Amino acid sequence: MDKKEMICIVCPVGCHMEVVKDGTSEDGYKVSGNQCLRGKVYGIKEMSNPTRVLTTTVKITEGKLPRLPVTTKGAIPKGLMTEAMEAINKVEVKAPVKVGKVILKNLLNTGVDVVATRSMDRDSRYQSQKVS
Amino acid sequence: MYDITVIGAGITGTFIARELSKYDLSILLLDKENDVANGTTKANSAIVHAGYDATEGTLKAKFNVKGNEMYDGICKDLDVPFKRIGSLVTAFNDEEMETIQCLYQRGITNGVPDMKILDKEEVLQMEGNLKESIKGALFAKTAGIVGPWELAIALAENAVENGVELQLNSAVTAIDKTGEGYRVSAGEKTYETKLVINAAGVYADQIDQMVNEKTFEILPNRGEYNLFDKSVGDMVNTVVFGCPSSAGKGTVILPTVHGNLLLGPTADPIDNKEDTRTTFAGLTSINDHAKDTLKKIGFQDVITSFSGIRAKVATKDFIIEKAEGKEDFINVAGIDSPGLTAAPAIAEYVVEMVRESASALDMTLTEKEHFNPKRTPSIHFMDLSTEDQKKLIEKDPRFGRIICRCEYITEGEIVDVIRRKAGATTLDGVKRRARPGSGRCQGGFCAPRVMEIIARELDVDMKDVLKDGKGSYVLTERTK
Amino acid sequence: MLNYEIVVIGGGPAGLAAAIEAKKNGAKEILVLERDLELGGILQQCIHNGFGLHVFKEELTGPEYAERFIQELKDMGIEYKLDTMVLEVSDEKMITAMNREEGILNIRAKAVILSMGCRERTRGAIRIPGTRPAGVMTAGTAQRFVNMEGYMTGKRVLILGSGDIGLIMARRLTLEGAEVLGVSELMPFSGGLNRNIVQCLEDFDIPLYLQHTVVDIEGKDRVEAVTIAKVDERYKPIKGTEKRFECDTLLLSVGLIPENELSKSAGIELDNITAGPRVNEAMETSVEGIFACGNVVHVHDLVDWVTEESRKAGKNAARYVSGELKNTASKISVQGVNGVRYVVPQEIRPENLRGKTEFMMRVDAVYQNVKLVAKSGEEILKSVKRRHVAPGEMENLVLDFGEMDPKSIKNLTIELVQEEGA
Repeated sequence: MDKKEMICIVCPVGCHMEVVKDGTSEDGYKVSGNQCLRGKVYGIKEMSNPTRVLTTTVKITEGKLPRLPVTTKGAIPKGLMTEAMEAINKVEVKAPVKVGKVILKNLLNTGVDVVATRSMDRDSRYQSQKVS
Repeated sequence: MYDITVIGAGITGTFIARELSKYDLSILLLDKENDVANGTTKANSAIVHAGYDATEGTLKAKFNVKGNEMYDGICKDLDVPFKRIGSLVTAFNDEEMETIQCLYQRGITNGVPDMKILDKEEVLQMEGNLKESIKGALFAKTAGIVGPWELAIALAENAVENGVELQLNSAVTAIDKTGEGYRVSAGEKTYETKLVINAAGVYADQIDQMVNEKTFEILPNRGEYNLFDKSVGDMVNTVVFGCPSSAGKGTVILPTVHGNLLLGPTADPIDNKEDTRTTFAGLTSINDHAKDTLKKIGFQDVITSFSGIRAKVATKDFIIEKAEGKEDFINVAGIDSPGLTAAPAIAEYVVEMVRESASALDMTLTEKEHFNPKRTPSIHFMDLSTEDQKKLIEKDPRFGRIICRCEYITEGEIVDVIRRKAGATTLDGVKRRARPGSGRCQGGFCAPRVMEIIARELDVDMKDVLKDGKGSYVLTERTK
Repeated sequence: MLNYEIVVIGGGPAGLAAAIEAKKNGAKEILVLERDLELGGILQQCIHNGFGLHVFKEELTGPEYAERFIQELKDMGIEYKLDTMVLEVSDEKMITAMNREEGILNIRAKAVILSMGCRERTRGAIRIPGTRPAGVMTAGTAQRFVNMEGYMTGKRVLILGSGDIGLIMARRLTLEGAEVLGVSELMPFSGGLNRNIVQCLEDFDIPLYLQHTVVDIEGKDRVEAVTIAKVDERYKPIKGTEKRFECDTLLLSVGLIPENELSKSAGIELDNITAGPRVNEAMETSVEGIFACGNVVHVHDLVDWVTEESRKAGKNAARYVSGELKNTASKISVQGVNGVRYVVPQEIRPENLRGKTEFMMRVDAVYQNVKLVAKSGEEILKSVKRRHVAPGEMENLVLDFGEMDPKSIKNLTIELVQEEGA
């Protein structure tokens, strides 16, 4: 893509910007419509390498709830969202889990881990059972 | 072989089945829906009319007044909410004053007790929220409000407790004459029966014509309503009718037995018997009526809107008669207003019709020794004294967990209505029996919890719990 | 009869922050009452990120944010009861509650903090005509089903309302395999953050239909189709602009309403614009010793502001219990005018002000290049430039009363003034 129109999300003003590929400019792009430098940085990133943090849930057994919320610990390339969901959907964890526990290491070779965003105890029904 | 098959488990069918269950007969009650009372019975004005409105000499007039008298006893036995709050037909001009005079006279002829024409001052004393332009009103002391689906559900529960077999999801697709009576095809099954009682509401004509020559046609007519939050339930104290015209009884503003405010209905002839849509025009017209009648009304307090279909017939009177030349097929059709009020009297009358035909059908109406007219009272946790509440929680901790925050309904009450005969199996079934989902948040908070309880009690997966009718799934599948 | 110094009603982010701050300010016997099976409130189902940028200088998900406070509450040994519903709060600070283990509880408190949050506006309240099948659900209820019970609520979805909850669910459902056909928004602008427009709609090519509303729902048992139409300046549908979508789900994200039934039962005065209690600079309601904070007072856009506000309530509830909070005779009203829809607190008692005081507010439309101007009577106290303000974004203004003579402060107003130029 050589040109993209976008709304900047860095601050509430929400400048409508246009980012154009430009071999002549220093960083390879020309950004217009932004009212500050942060917007320019965002615009170029969105154009060249847009990334997103992905949050979802995974199946958890023996927990107080059947789903455990997780997040990528950092942003991954926007284009990988569907594949990432498929990879994460394959994961199943067992309670108890502590917040921050890595439930999937190095998601799709991005170097980014997927971690639990909450702790979850074992459901009382399983308390008497041995933790396997 | 069943002695009697009643088609339709609305207010009419359930009243009839319950009356018949007093006798030693095998009775089958069929309904096409997923729950009893899922047709017009769950979507009407819930009024027990005094009886001045019905044309003199009609079955409507006769059964309205008779039925009205029977309501205290029935509702007490079955533990159904019923309040005799009285009704007013308002008159805002001279023409309307004349109309209410006519209604008064008609009431006298029909045998309606305790009526009075009130002057402006008397009306405003009774209903301070009426506009100052009111001239007078017809007051009828015997009018009241009831829980219509609660009544039908209670009747069904009591009927099943007393031996009636209830089959839901059983739409009748064919009725064939046999040597001993009829073969009724319903759901996936067939049932042999000596006598058929057709109480199929808006579909009564189609049921009748399965085996008889056409003698009547159901003309569906839709009525739309707005229901307001309990905080404005005291906008009126009685059932306040607008002055009737050729179009119908007029729009009504009334409290419900639960303390909400109900406004409606419209009256629109429709083609499709399943067309229970609400319309922008319809809801606006009833709101306009409220604005024209009351000093104060706040539309931001509307919590839901709904509509019901009336089963009107051209003769404008109940059709309660044996089919032409037959002893074994009784039509109870065209039961629109005052059908709810008349239902207990209609049931009594139908039982007499059955008694007349009994010997011809090789049936005897012997009273059951162990007929139980009473239903186990439902538990309303919030209405109990603190002492009783404490005892109940100690006995069963499920009464200590509130599931419906808006109406303060406990888990124990929800489990109770699922476990009863003719009990709830759906979200709306629980709502109609125990109230969760009827409040301000309309189930937004409690739906997941109620579904969990239903799934647990009926031992099904949560995604198989329905909202109401057979195809009304709420959830599609588990997340991956 | 149980006795506590402070009882907090609601264990979500507001109640947690208030309880913790109350303890830090000297209160000893504190009890948090929570109706759900765990603390954390609505944050437990808000699994997306964007929380904590201000309070923790980190971007956290809802559950992570909640856990920080839950852990702190537990570490501080603050008592709490779960699965416990408060039935009534009296103006004498007597609380009736119930749960399975203890039955009916009667609790006497020296101070009460109300933090019950809010509920979602329903279909009935906005009177959408049509049939009433399964498949019409508020976005928050769908969020609970998807994120906590683990069930999808539909396959082809239309969303009414472009507030953040609707936008977040558009993305969530799409990631979980549903087809989101579009978002219909009544206003000519979205009610949500730009970030969500980009990351929830644009990222997935979900169309946003501004100035549209739902005019019909079809389907007997389950939604089969939803029709939207464009609206005019009076929000009335324009004939001929109808668009019909075949779908099985209509998600409603049409507003939040502070849940104040308990406040009403205590005789607390409510503000009819915020639908929450009128509060003073201490976050105290019209009933002495009953405080309120969080969404129950006014609907917030960021949980960070809820935390700040709730800390204020907690601190002041502790000061009230120890007798430090003065109930003075002089009360100054605070009002939003000329574009400022409401201001919280609605009232201040000058003798209690200690220097800087923060006022939270929302504007009534989108404005560019304006000034937020705070006046005491006719005297301008402060004027701040804003390049862009919108109803979906809460604004704040800090006023320093430090040097002013309390008696000289007249009724305050905060308004918008249009600036010249682009």
